[in-house]
Amino acid sequence: MHFYAVRRILGAIPTLFVIITLAFFMMRIAPGGPFDGERRLPPEIERNIAAAYNLDRPLHEQYLIYLGNLLQGDLGPSFRNRDFTVSQLIAVGLPVSLRLGVSAIILALFLGTTLGVLAALNQNRAADYSVMTVAMIGITIPSFVTAPLLTLIFGVYGVSIFGLDLSLPVGGWNGGALRNMILPVTVLALPQVAIIARLVRGSMIEVLHSNYVRTARAKGLSSYRVVTRHALRAGLLPLVSYIGPAAAGLATGSLIVEQIFGLPGIGRYFVQGALNRDYTLVLGVVILYATAIITLNLVADILYRVLDPRVKYD
Amino acid sequence: MTPILPSERAALMNRAQNIKGRSLWTDARRRLFRNRAAVVSLAVLGTIALMAIFAPLLSPYTYEEADFSLVSCAPDWWRMETARCQAGGAHWFGTDAVGRDLFVRTLFGARVSLAVGLVATGVSLLIGVTYGATAGFIGGRIDEAMMRFVDVLYSLPFIFFVIILMVVFNRNFILLFVAIGAVEWLTMARIVRGQTLSIKQKEFVEAARAAGVSSFGIIRRHIVPNVVGPVVVYVTLTIPAVILAESFLSFLGLGIQEPMTSWGVLISEGATQMENAPWILAFPALFMAVTLFCFNFIGDGLRDALDPQDQ
Repeated sequence: MHFYAVRRILGAIPTLFVIITLAFFMMRIAPGGPFDGERRLPPEIERNIAAAYNLDRPLHEQYLIYLGNLLQGDLGPSFRNRDFTVSQLIAVGLPVSLRLGVSAIILALFLGTTLGVLAALNQNRAADYSVMTVAMIGITIPSFVTAPLLTLIFGVYGVSIFGLDLSLPVGGWNGGALRNMILPVTVLALPQVAIIARLVRGSMIEVLHSNYVRTARAKGLSSYRVVTRHALRAGLLPLVSYIGPAAAGLATGSLIVEQIFGLPGIGRYFVQGALNRDYTLVLGVVILYATAIITLNLVADILYRVLDPRVKYD
Repeated sequence: MTPILPSERAALMNRAQNIKGRSLWTDARRRLFRNRAAVVSLAVLGTIALMAIFAPLLSPYTYEEADFSLVSCAPDWWRMETARCQAGGAHWFGTDAVGRDLFVRTLFGARVSLAVGLVATGVSLLIGVTYGATAGFIGGRIDEAMMRFVDVLYSLPFIFFVIILMVVFNRNFILLFVAIGAVEWLTMARIVRGQTLSIKQKEFVEAARAAGVSSFGIIRRHIVPNVVGPVVVYVTLTIPAVILAESFLSFLGLGIQEPMTSWGVLISEGATQMENAPWILAFPALFMAVTLFCFNFIGDGLRDALDPQDQ
């Protein structure tokens, strides 16, 4: 077991290394430098700027410098936000993005599991069909359509039920107030709810047909006990291996959500960086996302082996 | 058992020749056409595609011609129609924030989105099938190394690679098509490789080899037909994924640039206008959603049709 974990961790390092290398060289083969502006600067100043950012060195030296700095957690200066380093920008944005992402995944796990189990217990009945239809809609309709629609309904028109005002702010972070979080987290969670519901439904149906569940029923246990004590444990296992893809989905979704709702997270910095051709910022955020996703995949793999004794430790 | 007389044999052979064989494909087509959701989707998708192709003939307006007296006019049949807009002639989907006809723009958006879907999927098909088939056919160390590389690329959401490419090459129209295709081939490669690897070891391939069929003959008669099924299914699922990716990028401002348009561009414009002109968001969003649903239903239908084992 420990051998497996060590091997997987060692395997993840080259993966990360390849991604960093690929991203770095893709950025550097770009035609035109980051400081090409409307006005031509005097050549001495251009030389100084290039020297300050190490752009006058040969490419392989730049790469080694970047790797060296990276090992110390230094992602370099931002090319566009002149007074900030990339690490500083990330430090500002990360708490916002993390809070959004974690809230969304908690919501998605809760809702998705409930809906999935509900569908599995009512297989091929109305409840099942309606959950699956909603799930298909959730997977197909992209977040950049659901976000404006929900904003329109809850933010612009405003909804009130029984005199209770349910209208929500259409954007802004407001120090992470709950009211400001509701819409972005919902939009971010919706596709994940749909995918998790499908996943749980499939595995629960399989588990509910297995022999040990039939045995539990034959023993005379109540349906409630059969589901909660016997079926759920095995039925929810596939969720563990969904950790990695979920993180990837949330990272992608955060680009849209933070942009639409004007939230100061790293997704927004990334998009701004991409629009302004801020190489170091884009590179830094990609490396951060890659590290996070690879780590989560790793954790998921190891966790799965711990939880499921049927998988061999080879 | 009585021996068959020569005359009887001739008659039997005759009859056998008149029986029309049902190939895998006829069977699949029959199964597909029995699937109501898939047939309706095919029809709807065909209509949208035809409308997109003949867009310039369907309306007197062009996609870039702005009429500033008709800014943000509702569709004719919408009850919000004002006197200012009534003078403007028929705009079935209304006009956008600078007075361009939204019907034409939605159809031109369909052109770009569908074209991206087809071209990028073609690119991913080409790379994925070549890569996967090579890995699967060669096998061994090379296969392992090739697939390890795919795993590495898999661990990052592909949209980030496309964004890097768009940053590097400055948001070029053609490049967008190729870039999306160039990062969407991973799953295709995995499917083709897995399929090739497993078919290579099947008894019927062994039988064919024992009967003296050449390598080329085995690839043509046994491997390719068995790989095509899953590939076709995956292609119909890649097209909507690609359309989504393009819209995603265009929505963020990293894809198609004005005055050219795509559904992503239109939706992002519509999102800023939705308080006073919801139709600018509604029509492109509706077209895109319907298209994505259609592709999904067709993909599901094809999967059921092409996988007889799964009946």
